[in-house]
Amino acid sequence: MIEIADLHKAFNQGQHNEYWAIQGVSLSLARGQVTAFMGPSGSGKTTLLSLIGCLARPTSGRIRLDGEDISGLPERFLTELRRRHFGFVFQQFNLIKGLSARDNVMLPAYPLGLPHRQLTERADALLAQFRLGHRADARVEWLSGGEQQRVAIARALINDPPILVADEPTANLDTALSREFLAILGELSGAGRTVLLTSHDPLVLDSPQVERRVALRDGRVVEA
Amino acid sequence: MLFQPAIIALLLAAGLGVAALGGAAPFAWQILRRWNLASGSEGQLTMERRTYLFSSLVALVLGVQLAALLLFVFNADRMSEMFVGAMCAVGTLQVNAWGFPALVAQIAVFFAASQWLLINHLDNQARDYPLVRLKYALLLLLVPLLALSFGLQLAYFKGLRADVITSCCGSLFSGESRGISGEMAGADPRLAMGLYFGSLGLAVAALGSYVLRPAPGRGNGLLAGLASGLVFPAALTGIISFLSLYIYEHPHHHCPFCILKPEYGYRGYALYLPLFLGCAAGLGVGVLQLFRRRPSLAALVPPLAQRLAWVALLALVLFLGLSAGMVWQSNLILLEH
Amino acid sequence: MTDWFHKQRYLIDFSLAALGRRKVRNLGLLAAYSLLVFVLASVMLFTQGLRQEAKRVLAESPEVILQRLVAGRQDLIPPGYLEQIGRIRGVQKMEARLWGYYYDPVVKANYTFMVPGERQIPSGQLVVGPALARERGLVAGNLISFRSYSGRLFTFQVAEVLPQASELMSADLVLLGAEDFRAFFDFPAGHYTDITLSVANPNEVRNVAAKLAAALPDSRPILREEVQRTYASLFDWREGMVLTVLAGALLAFAILAWDKASGLSAEERREIGILKAIGWETGDVLRMKFWEGVLISLSAFLIGYLAAWVHVFHLDGALFRPVLQGWAVLYPHFRLTPQVDGLQLATLFFFTVFPYTAAVLVPIWRAAITDPDAVMRT
Repeated sequence: MIEIADLHKAFNQGQHNEYWAIQGVSLSLARGQVTAFMGPSGSGKTTLLSLIGCLARPTSGRIRLDGEDISGLPERFLTELRRRHFGFVFQQFNLIKGLSARDNVMLPAYPLGLPHRQLTERADALLAQFRLGHRADARVEWLSGGEQQRVAIARALINDPPILVADEPTANLDTALSREFLAILGELSGAGRTVLLTSHDPLVLDSPQVERRVALRDGRVVEA
Repeated sequence: MLFQPAIIALLLAAGLGVAALGGAAPFAWQILRRWNLASGSEGQLTMERRTYLFSSLVALVLGVQLAALLLFVFNADRMSEMFVGAMCAVGTLQVNAWGFPALVAQIAVFFAASQWLLINHLDNQARDYPLVRLKYALLLLLVPLLALSFGLQLAYFKGLRADVITSCCGSLFSGESRGISGEMAGADPRLAMGLYFGSLGLAVAALGSYVLRPAPGRGNGLLAGLASGLVFPAALTGIISFLSLYIYEHPHHHCPFCILKPEYGYRGYALYLPLFLGCAAGLGVGVLQLFRRRPSLAALVPPLAQRLAWVALLALVLFLGLSAGMVWQSNLILLEH
Repeated sequence: MTDWFHKQRYLIDFSLAALGRRKVRNLGLLAAYSLLVFVLASVMLFTQGLRQEAKRVLAESPEVILQRLVAGRQDLIPPGYLEQIGRIRGVQKMEARLWGYYYDPVVKANYTFMVPGERQIPSGQLVVGPALARERGLVAGNLISFRSYSGRLFTFQVAEVLPQASELMSADLVLLGAEDFRAFFDFPAGHYTDITLSVANPNEVRNVAAKLAAALPDSRPILREEVQRTYASLFDWREGMVLTVLAGALLAFAILAWDKASGLSAEERREIGILKAIGWETGDVLRMKFWEGVLISLSAFLIGYLAAWVHVFHLDGALFRPVLQGWAVLYPHFRLTPQVDGLQLATLFFFTVFPYTAAVLVPIWRAAITDPDAVMRT
């Protein structure tokens, strides 16, 4: 359960180019659902996602994660929460070039200091789950777009987070790969994970896997 | 005599340390005045991010200070051949009035920086950073201490003149000489041994009892800290008044530095490293007790203090074992049985 | 605790891979860093070797040398001084010496002419030092002529060339008989250059010097330990001077390191952004960068120090010889004895690793505090 109350976020605060990306959002998001945030670019959907995902701290307002107020926490603890609760899939996949698919998948777990064998086994299991077992040792820049997308999803799941956050996940995928991604989303949601994503791709927004749609404009919720 | 490689290195290290922390002082002051964790403003975020830089800086200063302490003594020992009458580090440090104060200041910086880092470590684990103002007030105090240490070193090295006839450890650490060093050397070996083993025993006992029962609200943590603080001067007195005699197997050679030399198998390092580590960690156990009543720290202090107490306990037991072993192995008989 | 070790291992693994991914850039830094260590280590090893050499040579010289002063300048010892000193308790041996300097216009160098105390050299013969023999192309049996200060030409036969062993002191040495010496320099009969005294007990040296000064008020006793001290501080001073001059290089290196660390490539910034977004903490990034610094520093230190070792002990310190040695025109040719010195290593470490760490700290921190949501915003 994620509860958001009167959330505000400003950039360049106090300067001439001050800009309020989020202006008073209140929402309640249930566990186990797939929620899509939609709206034109600049509507604040990505900012909202990064605030919920503990990537940034709100200027004012409250975010409660399972009842715990996380809005005033210093970055050090936000990071801890992020590692435990959220996995991220970015628009550009954001894999680290020069490293193998397996190393990329393992990266979010490095700060936890798990035994190497245990971590490798987990990464290999995830790669196998996404039909990438044979590509584990390949460098990520040698992989196809769809394979990179699946490596990114595997990376998001390495710490076994209950919530998956995806920012414009299909922006760089063709229709077939987008459908494949949606299928994966369906599986994850079916396995009990909460999925939060932003998109303005009708293919995503109209798909049956998306259970709730929240429309944003100018940093405010216009339709929930 | 500033154009000596090791002297230049020491001054460089101390000077850069002062410059780095001095440069950080205005930001520390800003934190003291404007810190507000409840605010999500960018200014607050910037301050929070600066704290990472400051803790790295202090860690760097601490590391360098520890290395510099060794280099300082090492270099003093090496330079002794340049001063008439000097036979080891003591002679070099005695060339002018600033030598020993500079050494003491360096030791003080080491202990101060280690305790700051400890408080910082504790505070960083609590979600509300309850000690942040205290930490940065202490950081502001660390700056003048560091500057003092730098100033003393500069005065000492500038005043080093090869034509000065100095005295070696034989005359400084002898029962006849006046002053604190003479008192330490002249202390009745029975008394010094009593103090030495007494304080070490007390510290080990207090640390041991804390390791077993670190529950909050007990005074044993504070006692462990105090006892560990007491161990440091008592151990130094012990080394000067009797342990060195056993190591040198000479009834009048009271020198805390010659034991660092290769002639004596570098035994000094085996003694001083656990002593410094044990005292700093043990002191930390006491320092941590001061914060155990803060709501957000109450759960954090006992495990951290317990871990430190383990470190201190092992280090001091090692120190005790090594020094007892050195007495045992020695051919010198100081006390008639 | 094991978590901590695993974590550090992961961070080291990652920074190793990161270093590999930016080979060219890091190799440049490594080269500059190693060069700095190499130069500083060469200076230190070389002076250390010289210091050892001087110490070894001085160990054989007499404990006290007595000179006579006239108007504050050194003057000849007149006849009868030895007797005037008489017996002093603790003095094992007293000896009056004859020696002087001679400027040879042929090779534009100063030689030390000396009458050895322990051996007799027949009239008309010379024993020469190795450097001089090299310069003038002499071997035993050759004839050599010197024009004395009074203008007369003297021809000698070279009886022997001194061995190379302690060349630092004997390089420019010319040994000859007492009569030849007096004739060549027009040295007044019965006079000597100075007097040497051997004192067995080192604790007695100062007392002997005091007695000498009392017996002969116009004399100046010079103690070996003072000479040793002077040499030691002279070498240290020179080393310190060179290091101070090299401070410019140090500063340049620190600026380079700062620049390299702050001028992160777009790719590297992106990587740090990704790491922060997927759950790395600022401290983790700092630690990763710390390990990167450790790896670079250790490699540079090792490469630079080993290269300096080869340079000084196997190539005779070819690059620094003229600056640090500064003896005479006849450069001695000698092999320094290899020696590792803890103090020196520690000092070198302070001169290189510490400035590097201090220089990269702020840029690294700047990179590490990248906004975690930066990757979402681009």
